[in-house]
Amino acid sequence: MNLRDVTVIEHVEVQGGYRLLVMDAPDIAAQVQPGQFIHLQIPDLRDALLRRPFSIYNAENNRLSVLYKGVGVGTRWMADLKPGDPLSVMGPLGHGFPIAEAGGYPVLVAGGYGMAALYIAARESRQKGTAFFGGASAGDILCVPEFEALGWEVRVTTEDGSLGMKGIVTDAMDEWLAQNRPEGEPEYFVCGPSGMLKAVGERAMKAGTKAWISLDNNMCCGVGACLTCVQKIRTADGAWEWQRACREGPVFECREVIWDGEESVEHRTSNIEHRTKS
Amino acid sequence: MSDVSVNIGGIRMKTPVMVASGTFGYGPEYADLVDLSGLGAIVVKGICVEPTLGNMTPRTAETRSGMLNAIGLPNPGFEGFVEKHMPFLRQYDVPVIVNVWGRTLEEYADIAEKFDSVDGVAGLEVNVSCPNIKEGSGLFGTDLNMFRQAIAGMRERTRLPLIPKLAPNVSDIKSFARTAEDCGADAISLINSYPAMAIDINTRRPKLANVTGGLSGPAIHPIAVKLVWEASSAVNIPVIGMGGIMTWEDAVEFIIAGATAVAVGTANFVNPLTAIEVAGGIREFLDRNGMASVSELTGTLET
Ligand SMILES: Cc1cc2nc3c(=O)[nH]c(=O)nc-3n(C[C@H](O)[C@H](O)[C@H](O)COP(=O)(O)OP(=O)(O)OC[C@H]3O[C@@H](n4cnc5c(N)ncnc54)[C@H](O)[C@@H]3O)c2cc1C
Ligand SMILES: Cc1cc2nc3c(=O)[nH]c(=O)nc-3n(C[C@H](O)[C@H](O)[C@H](O)COP(=O)(O)O)c2cc1C
Ligand code: FES
Repeated sequence: MNLRDVTVIEHVEVQGGYRLLVMDAPDIAAQVQPGQFIHLQIPDLRDALLRRPFSIYNAENNRLSVLYKGVGVGTRWMADLKPGDPLSVMGPLGHGFPIAEAGGYPVLVAGGYGMAALYIAARESRQKGTAFFGGASAGDILCVPEFEALGWEVRVTTEDGSLGMKGIVTDAMDEWLAQNRPEGEPEYFVCGPSGMLKAVGERAMKAGTKAWISLDNNMCCGVGACLTCVQKIRTADGAWEWQRACREGPVFECREVIWDGEESVEHRTSNIEHRTKS
Repeated sequence: MSDVSVNIGGIRMKTPVMVASGTFGYGPEYADLVDLSGLGAIVVKGICVEPTLGNMTPRTAETRSGMLNAIGLPNPGFEGFVEKHMPFLRQYDVPVIVNVWGRTLEEYADIAEKFDSVDGVAGLEVNVSCPNIKEGSGLFGTDLNMFRQAIAGMRERTRLPLIPKLAPNVSDIKSFARTAEDCGADAISLINSYPAMAIDINTRRPKLANVTGGLSGPAIHPIAVKLVWEASSAVNIPVIGMGGIMTWEDAVEFIIAGATAVAVGTANFVNPLTAIEVAGGIREFLDRNGMASVSELTGTLET
């Protein structure tokens, strides 16, 4: 993990309000693992102090890039960043996606910026499987040519039917699973809204396969110090404990996660053990 | 060059700038980025006797020039802390101040006694901003009588330097400062975060699961400066000032108001190097003003 003043190299609107921000950040870029994120300080935003977390889309040739959408005060301010501007970046942070199991069939499932968060995992995976991308409409479907260029089969769903199949991403997944028998057990890598994470997780649990899901819990420090981003995580003895999405996560296996409102098991109090994913 | 070392109730610090409880974890979280030995002291997240779960989420919310928190003091308990975190902290040449709290007077006294024999603990900062669950009413930090009993009870059970951390939401901060001194406290620190809340107008729900929380960050700095000024005028023990420090200038205000040392909290989340940079800024300020040590600046407010 580093804290660096980096320089913006490129900043362009991709589509549908999503922007690509590319930074010159050699030492951070060199350490990035799939599914990790950076914590970015938005300059001159004096009354909104805290850093903002963004998944790392790509890290290559000393460059670090993120894909983001303007949703609030910080991300709207970021729209004004220009090449040459300095930015303070902390990262890479968190424990991301494991490498797909050999002999399995990797399946990516993404909504919104989730497509960006899965790009490095897609590149690093030796097997290339199927990627399901979902969004409200065509403008929310990002990076399809990039994933196809890596050798993935990309299947798109949009809620308004403006691109690909009409519906939600799990509809497309269900249909595909009913019609195809992938060579090897499906292993899911998921990033998107929590409804999507949950839905894919339920399917994986039912089928007895693994689903790695990336949580986007609200964050404050991003490094494990403040205990803002905690998630209830099942422990081996059947109880639960808090784990930090920013440190032990953001990626967890779906069986570990206890969602809000879920009938809860007994709490075991040991909240901040540093755990490394095997 | 000016000497920025200070002595807080027997705790020798290389710089007058510590990191505030709850904003720096237990040390390892920022160790990749910050030379821990360069800090005045590390104050760890609040510890009580038994493991504690804390509040549900959302636990924090950003507000204008600050943030709200209602983390709920989750912690691994005394034994868990000593086992899991003290070995790491002992590796560094930096005073470790343990922030402690209790739900009852007995718990305050017990936690003080337990830490008395722990190797590597330089002192105890006492968080009194928590409700008394036994009596069911009042807070240790805002009821002067309960405050006195908590601190006096701890004093009997430990030889470690005791630093009561005063709550800001009291009508007369001087009486709390004096009471701390009368009970044998070695220093006082202030301020803890200020009770506050924020509402999401679309859902009409509070932004924190706990409904209310504590406000911290630059929004509370002027409030904290005033309280440090008043408290330090009432006692002879050293005062540690905190609340909204983002820059060395913010820290120097506290020192002029009467603080011997300061602590950086919320700013760590923005720039983890703040405490180191603030210490450098204080040193240069002393140099420029021909002052040989921090004590020459402490409490020099001209009115
Ligand atoms: C691990 C992680 C990875 C992320 N990766 C990306 C990414 O690659 N691209 C991208 O566009 N966004 C990403 N996000 C979400 C991004 O952090 C938020 O959109 C951003 O913080 C909003 O800042 P703001 O100042 O514009 O919004 P604010 O004005 O602070 O809030 C506007 C809205 O954004 C929501 N929001 C604020 N902070 C967060 C947060 N930390 N997580 C989720 N929602 C939030 C608020 O609830 C609110 O509804 C990620 C979040 C996490 C936790
Ligand atoms: C996320 C968070 C957690 C905190 N946890 C504690 C705590 O456990 N014990 C305590 O005495 N103070 C705690 N505080 C209060 C800080 O130590 C400090 O007194 C306060 O935030 C004011 O300083 P600041 O404005 O520089 O943050 C916490 C503050 C924050 C923001
Ligand atoms: S954001 Fe602070 S602990 Fe995760």
